[in-house]
This record gives sequence, C-alpha cells and structure tokens, in this order.
Amino acid sequence: MRTPEEELRTMTLEAFADTIVPGEKRSPGDRSVAGASTGGGAVQAGAIELLEWDATGLTEGLDGFSSALDAHATNYAAERGVTLDDSVPPFVALDFAQRTELVRILTTPGHPEKALWVSLALFSNMAFDSAAHMHTVDALAAGHPGLLALGIEKPGPDGLWRFPEFSYGRELADLHPDTTPSGSPA
Amino acid sequence: MTGIERTDVLVVGSGFGGAIAAYHLAAGGAKVVVLERGPWLNGEDFDQDYKLGSSYTRAFDFVVGDGMSILGGNCVGGGSVVYFAAMPRAPRFVFERHGSIGRRMWPSAVSRDTLEPWYDRVAESIPITQQTWTDVPYAGGLWAAACNHAGRTANPVPAAIDTTKCVNCNWMMAGCRFDAKKSLLFTYLPAALAHGAEIRPLHEVQKIERNHDGSYRVHYDLMDEEDYRLRSDGGAIDAKIIVLAAGAGATPVILQRSEPTLGTMPHAVGRYFSGNGERLNTAILNEDKVREVLGLERGDGLAYEANQIGKGPVVANWDRLDGSLPEYERFSLEQLYFPPGLGTILAQVPGAQGPSWFGVDKKEMLKRWRSWLIIFQMTEDDNEGVFGPPPAKGNADRLSQQMLGVGRLRYDPTPNTLRGWALADAECKDILERDGLAEVAAWTNDVVGAYTVHPLASCRIGDDPATSALDDRHELRGHPGIFVTDGSAVPGALTVNPAMTISALAERAIPAIVQAAQDRGVDVTYGAPAPDGSTNGRRGVADLLPALTRR
Ligand SMILES: Cc1cc2nc3c(=O)[nH]c(=O)nc-3n(C[C@H](O)[C@H](O)[C@H](O)COP(=O)(O)OP(=O)(O)OC[C@H]3O[C@@H](n4cnc5c(N)ncnc54)[C@H](O)[C@@H]3O)c2cc1C
Repeated sequence: MRTPEEELRTMTLEAFADTIVPGEKRSPGDRSVAGASTGGGAVQAGAIELLEWDATGLTEGLDGFSSALDAHATNYAAERGVTLDDSVPPFVALDFAQRTELVRILTTPGHPEKALWVSLALFSNMAFDSAAHMHTVDALAAGHPGLLALGIEKPGPDGLWRFPEFSYGRELADLHPDTTPSGSPA
Repeated sequence: MTGIERTDVLVVGSGFGGAIAAYHLAAGGAKVVVLERGPWLNGEDFDQDYKLGSSYTRAFDFVVGDGMSILGGNCVGGGSVVYFAAMPRAPRFVFERHGSIGRRMWPSAVSRDTLEPWYDRVAESIPITQQTWTDVPYAGGLWAAACNHAGRTANPVPAAIDTTKCVNCNWMMAGCRFDAKKSLLFTYLPAALAHGAEIRPLHEVQKIERNHDGSYRVHYDLMDEEDYRLRSDGGAIDAKIIVLAAGAGATPVILQRSEPTLGTMPHAVGRYFSGNGERLNTAILNEDKVREVLGLERGDGLAYEANQIGKGPVVANWDRLDGSLPEYERFSLEQLYFPPGLGTILAQVPGAQGPSWFGVDKKEMLKRWRSWLIIFQMTEDDNEGVFGPPPAKGNADRLSQQMLGVGRLRYDPTPNTLRGWALADAECKDILERDGLAEVAAWTNDVVGAYTVHPLASCRIGDDPATSALDDRHELRGHPGIFVTDGSAVPGALTVNPAMTISALAERAIPAIVQAAQDRGVDVTYGAPAPDGSTNGRRGVADLLPALTRR
C-alpha cells in the first residue's frame, strides 16, 4: 500500500512520464495521464515500476524529483498567471501543453538541472520502448503496450528470435569502383 | 614490500588492443595477466532481453559527458562482444589527414601502405567475411536500392560474422547468442589462454605507480558481478611492462589518476579525443513509395517493415570517401540497426513543430518503428574532446546498477565538425527523401550530447610530443615500459568503423613491446602465427620488424 505522500509522488512522476510518451486515460477520472494520445503510454508501460526499481539508480531521488517538478510547475504557473487546481500536485494540475513546455524548458541544453530531467526522461521512454523492468518475452506475452506499439515480433517457441526470411536476395546497387578485393575502401 | 603478485606483462582491458597484446606476449613466452573490469560472458549468457541486468546492459558501459556520450563494451572481449562486426580498412586519405594541428597528424611511419601488412595479420586472425547481396538483410538492401536510385554506389561491408550461423535476429549488440559473431572470445583470447595468459574479469584498474626498479605497480578494485556500483578492495600487481587497453574513454582516465604516482603525463593524455565524427539519422520510410519507386517486396506483401530483422550494419555508401575532397567533407554513410533505448529516444521527429524527441508526435513516430531505417555517418571531426579531472574510481560516477554513468569528457564541436555533420545530413536527405521515399532527421545532440560508439585518439600516437601522448611505437612518452594499444592510440577519425584499424595498429605495436620486455629481462620472442596457426601474415610483416624495434 502506498502512503498518501507516495500517491502524490506517483501522480507527479506519472504525469512526467506521460509527457515523454503520452497515453490514453486509464479511467475517466485519471488526472496524471493527460490522455493526449490513444493507446498506452509510458505510464501504462510501467514507468513507475521501472523508476522504483533501484537498478536504475534513480529510486532514492524520486521524492526529490517529484517535489522539484512540482516546485517548477508552481513557478511556471505563477509566471504565466495560471491558476492551479490544488486538489492534485502542481505538475499534474498543468494541462498537457503546459507540461510539455515545462519539460522542454527543463531539458534544454544550458538548464542547470538538465541532466536530472534527461535521466528521468530516459527511463520513462525506456519503460515504453523496451520494458526494461521485465523480461522481453514476458512483456510481449503480457501485451506490453510499448513493445506492441513498436511492432516487436514474437519470438519462436524456444523464446529466441530468428528470421529465416531476411533478404531481398539480389544485387541492388553497383559497388564503389575503388573497392579492394577484400571489400574495403581502397 | 612482500606479498605483492608479480607478472612480466600486465594488460589492462580485454578488447581489441588488450587481447592482441595478451596473445602475442603470452605466445612469445611472457607471463601475462589481463585485468578486465567487466564480467566474462559466453554463449547462453547473451540473452535476447531488454530487461536491465541482462547482457543488454551487463556487457555495456554508457558514459554521459558534457557534449559527448560514449557507449563501449564492459566484459571480457570488450567492444568485440557488443560491436556490429563491420571490419573495413580505413581509406588511404585518412592517414594523410591534418586535423586540428595543421600538418599530418599520423606518424610519418604509418600510412595505408605500411599498415596494410598489419591489416592482413588481423584478417588472418579474425575471420572476416565479405558479405554478398544474399547476406544483406532488408534494411541494407533498402539502403542500397535508395543509393542506386539516387545515382550512388553501395557496398556490402566486410564483417567478422560467420554468415552460416547468423539467424538475422539483430540482437548482436547484446552479444551473439548463436556464436556467429567472431568476437575476440573466439580468436585472440582463447589463443592467449592456451599460451598461459590469465584473464581476470571484474577487476577494475584504478591507477599505476612506478617502483624503484623501474617496474610498475597496478592497483585494482574487485567489482560486483551484477551491480557495478558495488566494489570491494582489490589488490596490486607488479609488472615489468604495462599494456593499457581500457579503451579511449578509460585509458586516459587511468593515466590522469596515476599522475601523482607516475609523474607528469604528456600533454596529449586525455586530449584530442575524437568521436570518429559520428552522427546518426533516422529515416521513416513510406512503404508504398518503397514498393513503387524502388520496386522492393519482402515476399509477404510487405515492402520493408523490417527494422528488427538483420545483422547490424551491412551496406555502406562510400561515394564521399574521396581523397580529392577537402578535409572535413569526406564521410561514409552506413545502414545500421540500433535497438530500442537510446536508439529511439534520440531519434527526432522529422520537421517537428513541437518537441522533437518526446511527446505526441514522437509517439506516433514510434508506432512506425518497423519502417525506420537508421543511417550512421562517420565524418572527420576535429579531435576536440578533452577529459576533465578523473572521477574517484573507474571512468565515471555510476548512476545505474549497470551501464549508465557520468564522466568527465567535454566535447564542443568546432565549425569544421558541425559542417561535416551538416554535409552528411544533407547527403542522407538527398538520397532518402528523393521521390518521397522517406522523411529523415538527425538524432538530437540536445539530450546526451553527441554520441559515439567509436571513441578514439585520447592518447594518440604521433611524431610531435606536443600533440601526441605516444611515440610511433605506442610507448607513453616519458614513461618507458608503458604502452597503449587500444582506440586511444588512433590519431583521429577514420571515416569508417575503427576496429580493424585499432587491431592493425595493435598488431604493429607488438614487436616494440616484445623488444621492451626483452630489454627488461623478460624471456619472450616475437613471431607467433595467427591464433589458428596460419603463418602468411607473419611472413608479410617480416621485413618491417627491424624498423619497428629500433630505439
Ligand atoms: C554497439 C557498438 C557497436 C559497434 N560496432 C562496430 C563495428 O561494427 N565495427 C567497428 O569497427 N567498431 C564497432 N564498434 C566500436 C568497437 O567496438 C571499438 O572501437 C573497439 O572495441 C575499441 O577497442 P579497444 O581495444 O580500444 O577498447 P574496447 O574494445 O572497448 O576494450 C576496452 C576494455 O577495457 C575494459 N576496461 C575499461 N576500463 C577498465 C579498467 N579501469 N580496468 C580494467 N578494464 C577496463 C572494458 O571493459 C573493455 O572490455 C562498436 C561499438 C559499440 C559499442
């Protein structure tokens, strides 16, 4: 069971992950997932599970990430005269375009905290494009939204990938005239 | 002090530079110990799995610097286990380059002609296949057809792959499960072991110290086999000869950290780093146009949709490897498969209005992943990388259990480098956007800086002590008995994949290392055959030996 603080932290981190790879709302009342895209996004793909796994090296910093992100959101809103709904954390209260703009600011070269936000973005993306918290075979079997969206093929019966059909099988261009017999540039 | 272990030759790192040195020195009769920071993985360990902790992360080291990040191997066999096995020789003009120093940067003793017999030695030792059009997977075929359509040529690339064993699974970056990739685990390393060399995995070298008798003491930590953030006290080994081959992202860091115990380093240690001018572009193909314009069909109704199928880079365009073009305008364009993870986050949405590497449009682009074609550009950069003061341990402050760390490399591309990248980008676009075949965008440098899998030149050979850390026999200036044989010795970008040239230079460095060992009383000779016993290569270099062992 998550404590109320953990719930809030999770909402903020989910909203960040959803800004990196957006998904559709899990329920009509879903606040952290903005619903900017159809199909599952980073959140449904397991971003929080991945971030909470200490193998990433980010786990201990997650409280700091979420409070810093909320502080940035508060400033962002104040600067632009945006009133935030205070029933949810400030970053979650931003709409999708505002979240996107804020993440862009935080990850722009020269921003003093860029490296931190880039690392959070890397892992958010990785949850979607590689299900890095799960064995790939299991993730595909479980219908992982990211691997399916990419169209990763299912492995063979032994759990391994092989592609017996792989080539157009014909000459498709002339070789460079200065090629040595061993196949290198002359 | 007593109780310290002793060996004749201590090799740091077991990639190309380290494995080649370990083999020849052991075969010649020296006692050789190899210290390797990564684990020793084989066959079944190479799983096809993106989960953190599988070989996909265990075998790698990804170091984020300021303006440049480096991906390298972290296991016995080093980069040869994770690389794509493309093994071309460097074009002739490369050796005549001036780079950032305004005159020929390679030592006068090294040219394509003088290196050729050493390339031959490598080719005899690592089975390299000249791939044919029937070995070329869909992605390579598509790149060839697009080049042809644009009036260009295209070449299947020679590769250290046994094509009869390859299943075109495209997982080779995580190590080849099917033993098709002829890495050092199948060539120099078993031969070194057979001659008595010892390879010790999970030993990370931290620094080197000079003993009163002119020998060296090498200090290492022991690494946890799963969580590389964890280490325990290691020990030290004394050796008469040190061969540093920790790779161009790590060798200079070890030397920098050793400065207090070794004495002043040559100015060029940790300077003149080159990322081999690398840059990547992703094309999103229009499947209908691929069918209509290029006439390609997979046979199952699809024109392409085959990003996942294949074996790394297979087809390259070499039209711009033209020695008559000005420096910084020459480059190659190689088709490449880059798996998820970095290969997707750094890809940008072509013509993006909003954010280019994340967000709604990026997700739409990810849904077309099977129709991606990745083109790898190797240009002439300006050797502008510089390493800052070393971290306390290793070559980076580790963040994740494996793979991800923060290093000290600073890379601020000069106008020369930027222009080379822009020319290569434009050429890619010209070929692939012709007749609506695809939309192309370069990977962003804004996220983790520029990015290289081919780190070079951080400790380079040369004739000028001011701009080269090593003499032309790979001995560290001012530190007799310390040799560097890895990618850090290569003076500059090569415009093609570097492993073949790193290996040829390592082969060429051996006679002088043997000579230095003999001078220090080690009972060792030069002249081992190729690891499989072949002797043509040895005959081919015989005439070159006197010049290489002169002082
Ligand atoms: C994904 C990928 C694909 C590539 N594809 C190609 C390709 O197709 N063709 C090509 O030519 N090149 C390719 N390369 C590049 C090629 O792998 C490298 O250029 C080559 O391996 C460099 O050889 P090296 O001897 O300099 O160092 P490496 O092979 O990197 O070996 C250095 C070794 O030292 C170890 N080490 C580092 N620090 C320490 C320490 N402190 N103590 C002990 N050990 C240490 C490392 O773990 C490593 O095993 C690729 C690289 C990558 C990462």
